[in-house]
Amino acid sequence: MNKPPEERASDVTTVSSAEHTRRDFLYIATGAVGAVGAAAALVPLIAQMNPDASTIAAGAPIDVDLAPIADGQIIKVFWRSKPIFISHRTKKDIEEAQTVNVAALPDPEPDSARVKPGHDQWLVVIGICTHLGCIPLPHQGEYDGWFCPCHGSQYDTSGRIRRGPAPKNLALPPYKFVSDTKIQIG
Amino acid sequence: MSGHSTYQPQSKVLQWLEKRLPIGGLVHSSFVVYPVPRNLNYLWTFGGILAFMLGVQIVTGIVLAMHYTPHVDLAFRSVEGIMRDVNYGWLLRYLHANGASMFFLAVYVHMFRGIYYGSYKEPREVLWILGVIIYLLMMATGFMGYVLVWGQMSFWAATVITNLFSAIPGVGDTIVTWLWGGYAVGNPTLNRFYSLHYLLPFVIAGVVVLHIWALHVVGQNNPTGIEPKSEKDTVAFTPYATAKDGFFLAAFVILYAWFVFYIPNFLGHADNYIPANPAVTPTHIVPEWYYLPFYAILRAIPDKLIGVIALGASIVILAFLPWLDTSRVRSARYRPLFRQFFWLFVIVCVGLGWLGSKPPEGIYVILARVFTIYYFAFFLVILPLLGIFEKTKPLPNSISESVLGAKA
Ligand code: HEM
Ligand code: FES
Repeated sequence: MNKPPEERASDVTTVSSAEHTRRDFLYIATGAVGAVGAAAALVPLIAQMNPDASTIAAGAPIDVDLAPIADGQIIKVFWRSKPIFISHRTKKDIEEAQTVNVAALPDPEPDSARVKPGHDQWLVVIGICTHLGCIPLPHQGEYDGWFCPCHGSQYDTSGRIRRGPAPKNLALPPYKFVSDTKIQIG
Repeated sequence: MSGHSTYQPQSKVLQWLEKRLPIGGLVHSSFVVYPVPRNLNYLWTFGGILAFMLGVQIVTGIVLAMHYTPHVDLAFRSVEGIMRDVNYGWLLRYLHANGASMFFLAVYVHMFRGIYYGSYKEPREVLWILGVIIYLLMMATGFMGYVLVWGQMSFWAATVITNLFSAIPGVGDTIVTWLWGGYAVGNPTLNRFYSLHYLLPFVIAGVVVLHIWALHVVGQNNPTGIEPKSEKDTVAFTPYATAKDGFFLAAFVILYAWFVFYIPNFLGHADNYIPANPAVTPTHIVPEWYYLPFYAILRAIPDKLIGVIALGASIVILAFLPWLDTSRVRSARYRPLFRQFFWLFVIVCVGLGWLGSKPPEGIYVILARVFTIYYFAFFLVILPLLGIFEKTKPLPNSISESVLGAKA
């Protein structure tokens, strides 16, 4: 490295090659500390945007009493700010859901994989269209399930996508039957 | 910046300042003696109009922010408070809401002008790309501003647009949760949108400075698309361009005022006067008019991921325009075929906008598909090939010859 003359003049005691490596070392050390520091600073800057502690706490499990839901009725409850559809399916609904040719569906899933064993009449799904997040309307569309007003996706009585731009079936929330007429979501 | 400064301030104070910070000279060389092509038409006044509209949005925005509350329970109420209680609040809000529309109207004219006259071609590629960046920032700013009102359209626009990221394979849902700061669009989302809506206009202002800097390095294009060759081809910015810009700006502001005072809600959507309800999606959701063409492209494609990619590509493709257009002739004046494809392109863009406002069914979907294909074909097929096959008309020898005839 060529040094500017004014620096060379003051260079009395140090050998220039030793100075050379010392400066290189300082450059690299400074750069390394700077890079690590910048990367470390990014962590809180990015992480602060994730759900905060209170939002996560508010996502605790909820209990829902199924007894008041009439045959054929679909209700909407909220869990983790997401709408959850609870559909009390009629005999006809169940039959339609079970007799479909599963292999021909856009997102193939048998009805049995979407309900809890022995509880065929209860379908519990997250009521968010898997296209871009609108809330589909119940008892509408050609498949007696849901119709999404935003871009026209249609779901059947098992909440499976049948037609339209949505790629997936309505998602299933984690839930379990606490008793025959009560479920816990979450 | 070209045009050597002849700036000699009269006043002692200005001379004193000029020795320490030559800002007067900078303004003088950029906006007074700066040479502009003598044949600029009114389409060249939209740059000034855009700068004016950015100023209007910042001034009205800052005062709106003095009365607005970014909280899910209070946001809608505070906007209604601005409309009913704040002194002249109705005017300030209507200026801001319609100001966004006028801003976009102006940017669309500005961009189509650039395409028609080939203003993105060498040496103006960087200038053009800076413009595309400004346009992207405007889209982000306008979207987040619309969410602040926290009406039904605000809420569901936020939901649908943020969900576009859920199409990314693998990490999509993680990204969306991160954007929301929750498990759905909610208070954290509103707060961060407010923070960014306040910030981005100033980022835009910064990029505008770069845009104008790049402009003053390469100079303005003009309706002939040929570069000025002598002094005769240009005139001084002041008084010529200043007067023309000022006159048309005034005309534009009259149009703006007509919207603000006579049809302030014409460009908005009635559903946004219903407070946000996370439990019910409106039966027909549409974005603001200036996003409609892209919305139509999204909906034209029956697959989620490809739809989102097409939406993104339809905007990003603009940045590659300087290299997609292979013709060496800039101005459409001398490109008879390009001119026809250009006007078809304008019709397709407006048509896509109209289709974006229609429900996605039947004939509308089919038309949207045809138009989407033309939109992309214009960039990827027509422009590259035209440069090879088109027989262009002879160019004039100089700008002054094209204006004054061969005698000049
Ligand atoms: C690039 C410039 C800007 C654009 C395109 C823009 C766009 C918008 C839009 C479309 C709305 C919704 C209007 C409505 O429907 O009521 C809005 C609202 C709002 N903007 Fe901006 N804005 C800009 C700059 C700013 C700035 C600089 C600030 C603050 C410093 C600001 C503060 C606000 C506030 C407080 C609201 C909510 C109140 C209301 O709805 O009128 N904006 N903005
Ligand atoms: S969000 Fe349901 S179809 Fe697009």
